[in-house]
Amino acid sequence: MTAELGNFALILALFVALIQASLPLIGAQRNHKPWIALSKPTAYCQFALVVISFACLTYLHVTSDFSVVNVVQNSHTDKPMLYKISGVWGNHEGSLLLWVLILSVYGAAVALFGANLPPAFRSRVLAVQAMIASGFYLFMLLTSNPFERIMPAPLNGRDLNPLLQDPGLAIHPPMLYLGYVGFSIAFSFAIAALIEGRVDAAWARWVRPWTLAAWMFLTGGIALGSWWAYYELGWGGWWFWDPVENASFMPWLAGTALLHSAVVVEKRDTLKGWTVLLAIVAFSMSLLGTFLVRSGVITSVHAFATDPARGVFILALLVVVIGGSLALFAWRGPQLKSSGLFKPISREGALLFNNLVMTIAAAVVLLGTLYPLFLDAIGGTKVSVGAPFFNAVFIPLMIPMIFAMAIGPYLHWKRGDLIAALTRLRFIFMLSIVAGAATWAVESDGPFMGVIGIALAVWLGGSTLAELAGRIHLMRTNLAESYRRLIRIPRATWGMTLGHFGLALAIAGMTGAGAWKSESIQTMKQGDKVTVSGYEFTFDGAEQSKGPNYDILTGKFTVHKDGDLVVKLLAEKRAYRVRNMPTTEAAIYTMLSGDLYAVIGDQEGNSGKFVTRLYFNPLVVWMWIGSIIMVLGGAISVTDVRHRVGVPQRNRALSHAKAVNSIPSGA
Amino acid sequence: MKRKHKRLTFVVIALAFLGVAATLILNAYEDNIVFFYSPTEMISKQLKPDQRLRLGGLVEDGSLKNLADGEVTFRVTDMANTITVQFKGILPDLFREGQGVIAEGRLENGTFVAGEVLAKHDENYMPPEVAEALKKSGNWTTGNAKESAK
Repeated sequence: MTAELGNFALILALFVALIQASLPLIGAQRNHKPWIALSKPTAYCQFALVVISFACLTYLHVTSDFSVVNVVQNSHTDKPMLYKISGVWGNHEGSLLLWVLILSVYGAAVALFGANLPPAFRSRVLAVQAMIASGFYLFMLLTSNPFERIMPAPLNGRDLNPLLQDPGLAIHPPMLYLGYVGFSIAFSFAIAALIEGRVDAAWARWVRPWTLAAWMFLTGGIALGSWWAYYELGWGGWWFWDPVENASFMPWLAGTALLHSAVVVEKRDTLKGWTVLLAIVAFSMSLLGTFLVRSGVITSVHAFATDPARGVFILALLVVVIGGSLALFAWRGPQLKSSGLFKPISREGALLFNNLVMTIAAAVVLLGTLYPLFLDAIGGTKVSVGAPFFNAVFIPLMIPMIFAMAIGPYLHWKRGDLIAALTRLRFIFMLSIVAGAATWAVESDGPFMGVIGIALAVWLGGSTLAELAGRIHLMRTNLAESYRRLIRIPRATWGMTLGHFGLALAIAGMTGAGAWKSESIQTMKQGDKVTVSGYEFTFDGAEQSKGPNYDILTGKFTVHKDGDLVVKLLAEKRAYRVRNMPTTEAAIYTMLSGDLYAVIGDQEGNSGKFVTRLYFNPLVVWMWIGSIIMVLGGAISVTDVRHRVGVPQRNRALSHAKAVNSIPSGA
Repeated sequence: MKRKHKRLTFVVIALAFLGVAATLILNAYEDNIVFFYSPTEMISKQLKPDQRLRLGGLVEDGSLKNLADGEVTFRVTDMANTITVQFKGILPDLFREGQGVIAEGRLENGTFVAGEVLAKHDENYMPPEVAEALKKSGNWTTGNAKESAK
């Protein structure tokens, strides 16, 4: 019964979405009020139906109803409850249901909080949202229905892929999807603006919080995925330039660009067409990411399906959405007139520079990710484009960007003074040179990239802090006055400061882990000692035990430094019984200076000797701390009072007046 | 500066940047794109001595040997030809004899010295390149992956 109810709710949702996609749009065109008003109830209704559908699937998974294919393939009675729940989206069909659930949540949120949007505009936004949703409902119902039954029902299921049975990965997909799908709002706003042929400051003020929210979740989702790869895959690496990682990174790059150009539209009434284009690109990248990950074109732990029908459907959907929106942009885009003029050296110029680098970087990642597919399709030559390629192209592109990123906040709108900005930054510049030199002195045999990385991190972090200090007149006035200024800083500004500072920390972490990782691979028997980067690992033997649905081999290590005990590490190798598949649980001890990381492998015959991998990964923790600070920055910025509901309306009149005023001065 | 000139400035900067990116890509392409070969192709092709390659096929049954200090050797086959692979480190969790595998490294005097060994992510999955290589050598059956899992 539950499965049929869920299926029925999904079919109903499709029809509601079709209504929401058509009537309000026509209504808005003809100014027919009842049809315009239809967009709100349909959005709520869609939301309710998808919630019902999702609840049904969750219920089926939690109660282990093995008459449903999806549950059979991904669950088992012995599986812990957390993974019974996360198993709902740990598979192709369920993850799509999660996707449409989030889409409908955002749709309902626009309907709910959009009271101050002009009704016609809101109905257009919701209609575009419903079009996207319709595509996904159709896709699910036609090719990937999670509620399909199986006869006769087997006694037990095949369990979830053990790699996915992990707390980090239980929340990684929802985070990532909140990000991916969040860009659909920016996309819908962009399409609605193109239909109306008008983009103004109020539009940007609407798009910004949604983009920020999406960016924040995407940042968190990517960091979580990276963290998972770090501790679960047991290679001591955290980013592999795997196509699936690239799929989430491309929308992040485009979204970061969008975030910055939307600021320019809001404050300076220019770069409108570009911003609309970025909104389209960011969501297209999200869709493309879904396509790459789900279609089975690229095979990895994420590619649940290799059914060609699905690939063709998603490809068609991509062509319609991306092609259609770009065509609309080509047609209506030129009507978006910008008023604010600015010099190349200015805040706008710096933000544009960010946009330029971010989009080129996204294009590079796209090229590297799709190139093997193209080559295979045209000539059948198999190549792989991996980390060496991306590192060789991506890092040199990012260096000037990070350098400019530190200067940007010091430039004024319209016309900036580069010399003055650099003068203010001269101490920070010297500091970063000193930091680089110190790094060089300590790690002279390491790669030179490490020196550059640390210098850049200090440069960016230092200038961000100095900008904050300048903002509150630290040392130039008394502390009470500085404090008063500090608490009056707008939250959006805090977002910038934390975002940039978090990135600086993350750069330090990436540099440390990338440049100075030391590893040692060997076989060890009980009592053997190995020293890695001054840490002496003693192998204390291995033990067998049992977990809920797996067997455990635990390797025990004691780590000493200079004769003092640092920590005892327990590294696990788990053998999942149902799928007969092992996973590695690395033992990690985190210090601010770096992580001790131990992995236990198989025993060599019955010799009592085990293969072990021991690592010292410097500064890794700063990558996670940096990511958390970036997400925090996003969260604080979203709650900025200027983004709050109702404000766009009140400020609209104001910005209009401003736009009128700026025409004579600009001309 | 007129509006048009300003726009031109940005276009020029953008083009310059694109140029830099293109140069970087072309440079990286030379050294960093890794070609994938089956054992048969690897034996028949004239290869540069220091080229990084990927080798894919099935791990031959009974060919896995543990040497001293965590070093292993195994043979990769496409049922027509076989190449010995040398690797130091922990093999991936899903590495098994009779299963599909991809090794990345260099060919040295007929032995493939791997820096990295990749296996599949679950028991029904065969790397598409491996499946293709097996099909080419005429040894592909859909049961290949499942049978050998036992």
